[in-house]
Amino acid sequence: MFPARIWREFPQRYRLEAVKNKDTGEVYFPPRYVSKDGKKFNGEKYILPDEGKIFTYTVIDVPPSQFKDEAPYVVCIVELTDGTKVTCQITDYQKEWLAIGKKVRLEFRRVQTDAHHGVISYGYKAVPAE
Amino acid sequence: MVGIVGYGAKIPRHRIKVEEIAKVWGADAESYKRGLQLTEKSVPAPDVDCVTLSVEATKYALRRAGVTGDQIDALYIGSESHPYAVKPSGTICAEAIGATPHCHNADYEFACKAGSEAMFVCLGLVKSEFCNYAVGIGADTSQGAPGDALEYSAAAGAASFVMGRENILAECLYTHSWMTDTPDFWRREHQHYPQHGGRFTGEPAYFRTIMGCANALLEKSGMKPADFKYAVFHQPNGKFPMRVGKMLGFEREQLETGWLVPTLGNTYSGASPIGLTAILDVAQPGDKIFMVSYGSGAGSDGFVFKVTDRIKEVQDLAPKTRPQLDENKIYVDYGTYAKYRKKILKND
Amino acid sequence: MRDVAIIGVGMTKWGEIWEKSLRQMFVETAYEAIADAGIEKLDGMYVGSMSPGLFVGQEHIGALLADYLGQKNMPAGRVESACASGGLAVKCAFLDIASGNSNIILAGGVEKMTDVSGDGATYALATAADQEYEVFHGATFPGLYAMMARRHMHEFGTTRRQLSHVAVKNHENGSKNPLAQYPFKVTLEGVESSTMIADPLTILDCSPITDGAAAVILADMETAKKVARNNPLVKIIGIGHASDSIALHDRPSLSGLEATRLAGERAYKMSGKTPEDINVAEFHDCFTIAEIIVLEELGFCPKGKGGEFTEACNTHIGGKIPVNTSGGLKSKGHPVGATGVAQVIEITKQLRGECGDRQVEGAKVGLTQNMGGTGASSIVHIMEVL
Repeated sequence: MFPARIWREFPQRYRLEAVKNKDTGEVYFPPRYVSKDGKKFNGEKYILPDEGKIFTYTVIDVPPSQFKDEAPYVVCIVELTDGTKVTCQITDYQKEWLAIGKKVRLEFRRVQTDAHHGVISYGYKAVPAE
Repeated sequence: MVGIVGYGAKIPRHRIKVEEIAKVWGADAESYKRGLQLTEKSVPAPDVDCVTLSVEATKYALRRAGVTGDQIDALYIGSESHPYAVKPSGTICAEAIGATPHCHNADYEFACKAGSEAMFVCLGLVKSEFCNYAVGIGADTSQGAPGDALEYSAAAGAASFVMGRENILAECLYTHSWMTDTPDFWRREHQHYPQHGGRFTGEPAYFRTIMGCANALLEKSGMKPADFKYAVFHQPNGKFPMRVGKMLGFEREQLETGWLVPTLGNTYSGASPIGLTAILDVAQPGDKIFMVSYGSGAGSDGFVFKVTDRIKEVQDLAPKTRPQLDENKIYVDYGTYAKYRKKILKND
Repeated sequence: MRDVAIIGVGMTKWGEIWEKSLRQMFVETAYEAIADAGIEKLDGMYVGSMSPGLFVGQEHIGALLADYLGQKNMPAGRVESACASGGLAVKCAFLDIASGNSNIILAGGVEKMTDVSGDGATYALATAADQEYEVFHGATFPGLYAMMARRHMHEFGTTRRQLSHVAVKNHENGSKNPLAQYPFKVTLEGVESSTMIADPLTILDCSPITDGAAAVILADMETAKKVARNNPLVKIIGIGHASDSIALHDRPSLSGLEATRLAGERAYKMSGKTPEDINVAEFHDCFTIAEIIVLEELGFCPKGKGGEFTEACNTHIGGKIPVNTSGGLKSKGHPVGATGVAQVIEITKQLRGECGDRQVEGAKVGLTQNMGGTGASSIVHIMEVL
């Protein structure tokens, strides 16, 4: 992975930085440059809450090449406490625990390692919080 | 007055038992458990490394400190398992907690002493008023060579401390550092696993160095073991810290709170710092804490802390250390452990 | 706008075509369509292909294929909208003719997917999702549809068994299609006990990795009537095209496909038809759950009832609305960029009455629904035989 591509996403992946549209109250994660209905807006930095619930999930048994050493792993959509939804992996789970609605917390983890030689991509993953 | 303003520890959920490792190597689990006085150790999942542990521990520390990332003027991670040979770990952690860009940063390495080294430098920086807040972290995801005695103990964990001059929860009264060139344990460039001098790591290395540091610190402070509610030493196995504590005149009750190694393993740079977090979790105002780390090569950093009234306000602000160690464990078998720790030969 | 008709179709056997290259597959197929139309020269060509760059390392296939087709110098280009690339090619051809710019256009699609390993193909397909905020975290296409399936099950009580019914029905249809990649029948239990790909979806819930091409020739009605031989003319009477957030987490609901609903509404409006008027349909059943949701979004059954509707055999040949008589993506195969074109071919053949064992008796009006990614692009065509 070329470093610039992950580097420019660090504010979102490391610190959950979103943008809040001060005109409408909408939260954009990742940030948007015009509003969802195509208007310029007054934005401010907004940090997403790191707690939420599993909205939906799946267990990936057949992974793409960059995750071939990780399968099976769980990908989910978390609905955070402010209603924002994010896609990420669930880690440190036990299979029987998995269900829609379970409480999770976002932690800082390795997401991709680009084999043994490339730049390591860090980001958020969900861990059980109940 | 300088000292700890916030602290936090992070211990991974995964564990492997001594029996599981012994089984693979045809070794006698009971004699390892007796000899090392430990029954299991923490295992980092593949998505965990010294940086991820540092970030989570530091988030907890900031929460207890009541300061934000942008107030941090310096951040140092001490580790012998930095994920990159060239490229700092500290920048990743600083970026994740929002401490960039106005921040001083360096990675430390001094075998198991790197964490206390980071703490020591942070205390110096806030005392000199070069920094208002400085974060010192000890974190490791250490590897022992397959089948080696170290494989039973090399574990993962991190402790992070925000040091400052105001809102202190444990004042640092005295420090002392003691070191010589003693090659008891090392890992050469490009090698996966460390090597060690067997029994040479004991008497002339661990015990001589810790005793040298601890005695000098007691003398400097004019205190005696009985003046302390708690003491914590580097804990490469269950036996050593208890023995060195007794040699110095500490009682078992003073040592037990920070003695995590029997179920945690040796977290290297995290070992005595995580022990300190477990003590702070239960300490009362006025308690005095004696801490001496040890890093092969070899040296020790010693600290005398005095707990302040503020401790009661912060203990519950973030997850405590003992529950992380005792609860929600996920046991893995040796195959999973070998896969997680990249001990299985694969094509790149 | 001028009226546009389909005057020729071409499709060769799909599957793992080890011995043929992308250009060979395409040329053989396109030539068949040209012969079927009874013409010699094209005014232009649009080729739908999702990712020839990642699959065979070849971009710029518009010019390449025009040259190899013996139609050098004509305007030719590739259009891309992930798995809806083929549908987009047909739409572009339609607009080119309807606007009066051209008279005879070839809309084709091609994908050569077996020149990369399985994980390489999974990687290439995943580029149709949000790279930085879905795929970065390990999401795959089966995984994303599995998360939709889980929501649909959670919200409407759709069952694992109902998903299996889609696969069984489409393989039943595909077994009658000699061009299908997997023309065999499967059982409900067989679907459920097959290898898990992304829980709850098994390998028999998923469309396969396929090499294949498809081509149709479109012409304005005047030209069509002039060149038409014995083939009945099939007129494109409605086109709807819509998009949606590419990332699932940006959508308010995961149990629906808004772009498909909007594309359907637009196509119905343009054609003046309603779901009741449709005699036969080809849906984008890249995964079994997709067919169930599309049934709901295109108005063939109420929201949340797609599973029950399927289980009650309404989508079988002879049912209320036969869906995927070709075998669908499931059994016929899914060479991504070719799929949207192949759907138009199946409906054209149904309307011409050329489908043999799988013919829907008296079919006059048919619909195709082609979508890209997790439904962030959707294109619906409605056709009527003259």
